[in-house]
Amino acid sequence: MKRYMSLWCGMLLLLMGSLAHADLTIEITQGSDRATPIAVVPFAEQGAQLPTDIARVIANDLERSGQFKPLDRGNLIASPSASSEVNYGDWRKVDADYLVVGRVNSDGSIQYELMDVYGQERMLGKVITPAGPDQSRAAAHRISDEIFEAITGIRGAFSTQIAYVTSQGVGEDIQYGLQVADADGHNSQQILSSDEPILSPAWSPDGQKLAYVSFETGRPAIYIQNIATSQRVRASSSRGINGAPAWSPDGRKLAMTLSKDGQPEIYVMDIGARSFQRLTRSDAIDTEPSWSPDGESLVFTSDRSGGPQLYRYDLASGEAKRLTFTGNYNSRGRYAPDGESLFMIHRGSQGFQVAKQDLETGRLITLTDSRAAESPSVAPNGTMVIFATQQGGRGVLSAVSADGNASFRLPAAQGDVREPAWSPFLN
Amino acid sequence: MHVTPYAKHLAVALSLVVMAGCSSTGGTQDGSMAGSNGAGSAGMNGGASTQGMNGGQVGSNSMGKRDGQQDGIPQVRTIYFDYDRDTIRSEFEPVMTAHAQFLKSHPNASVVLQGHTDERGTREYNLALGERRANAVERYLTVQGVSPSQLEVVSYGEERPAVRGTSEDSYAQNRRVVFDY
Repeated sequence: MKRYMSLWCGMLLLLMGSLAHADLTIEITQGSDRATPIAVVPFAEQGAQLPTDIARVIANDLERSGQFKPLDRGNLIASPSASSEVNYGDWRKVDADYLVVGRVNSDGSIQYELMDVYGQERMLGKVITPAGPDQSRAAAHRISDEIFEAITGIRGAFSTQIAYVTSQGVGEDIQYGLQVADADGHNSQQILSSDEPILSPAWSPDGQKLAYVSFETGRPAIYIQNIATSQRVRASSSRGINGAPAWSPDGRKLAMTLSKDGQPEIYVMDIGARSFQRLTRSDAIDTEPSWSPDGESLVFTSDRSGGPQLYRYDLASGEAKRLTFTGNYNSRGRYAPDGESLFMIHRGSQGFQVAKQDLETGRLITLTDSRAAESPSVAPNGTMVIFATQQGGRGVLSAVSADGNASFRLPAAQGDVREPAWSPFLN
Repeated sequence: MHVTPYAKHLAVALSLVVMAGCSSTGGTQDGSMAGSNGAGSAGMNGGASTQGMNGGQVGSNSMGKRDGQQDGIPQVRTIYFDYDRDTIRSEFEPVMTAHAQFLKSHPNASVVLQGHTDERGTREYNLALGERRANAVERYLTVQGVSPSQLEVVSYGEERPAVRGTSEDSYAQNRRVVFDY
């Protein structure tokens, strides 16, 4: 009876979840010395008023990447809204390498231009028409993506989302939530709430679904939930651990950890056929699988050598090869999108850090100075890694650039935040 | 997503009602924090036993029974572990024996062995470590003659800490297996 009650409550909370909000804010904690100065002039509003300060959103996006240093608004020397009004000499005086100007037209469309101040040339000029005023933030992120790509040659990831887990309370009264928000922490939406733990959210490659682990029945099970419709299916609920879901790049398979046969082992589920294939066979813990971008192998954590280390399982040969040799604790590996390096949690003298290992050279570098980093997740363009850490005894999300030079934090108004998962490109 | 103030209030009200309804059905009853009550505190290292007994939640929770359970369930229902270990410490052997005796004399009773870790390290790896601890308890009980059908292992890893905090004392209180009857 009790179990059924729990199930009912879980379903009710699931239904209500979409009404709860818990936005995150951004605090830049470390800027890069090499960041490029850029001036983003407040957009002129010609008749149409938007609820969003477009230029502010763009400047914040670019600053968060660690690759740009937007000028303070007080240092903007003029307020042009089109390239025809720009005097390049003005912007050289304030050391801006690039300049963004724009305006909001009376029909609600947004036009913007990007200029190379030293080359004295216009690099981009576009008009974007948001579907409605509530889409103006999304339009601003799209502009950020285009500016970022025009200057760096790397696709921008500002129009992406993050999923994360929240918890409030302690002991018997903890409430757990699964949230989805824009990459800058805005527009958060709770897609699941439970009084039992939720962990390990993982995005499907098409960005429409999340797989996650929920203890809502009193036992761990893996669910796949459509974010827009809230429809979900239970993918696995075998005896023991059902954990660490990870989508294959083609979205057809889900790697996971199951302990139904004794030890935690890596399995691959064919989602359509609902069939399971066991990959690893060891007397040790094997967990935290993650697919290589080419889908030909998986990285996973195993303590078969004593402590946790990362191994690569080759799907063709069925062989596992140890990848990490620096230190005695390396876990939860995640490939960079180009497949050339691996991000992980590495225990060093300062505690648990986000580290990156070059797969060619085997060299490992530590990216953070946090003592309790967990759950690294890589942006789809490979430029940033979001992870969980602690600040003042509370769980917060933080992000660091892939070179370790820039970082920011996303604290929540209340409670603990953790287990971030960066979405794939959504457009 | 746009939410009207009315909808927000409704959501809060609804959630309060539902949470109130759910609170009594919470799946975990951690029971006594006073880990070594029956075993004596001499063998306990770290601050776990002291903290546990002083800050004791040896209240209604520890005596809570589920429907259909018999009386006489041993009062101490939590045992603690050293960092990164799944070895059952000698001071908890009397606790283990008491549970084994109870389960053998009550073949209809069953218990969920909840494995927990401290918060250090990655979450899914900690789920595996928590299971390893609960498995060690399960093995110990079956060796003493308890039927495996009376035992179930559920690992929570670091997801349900008994106490918050980043001190060694807090960590020691969180590295535990709870007998959830």
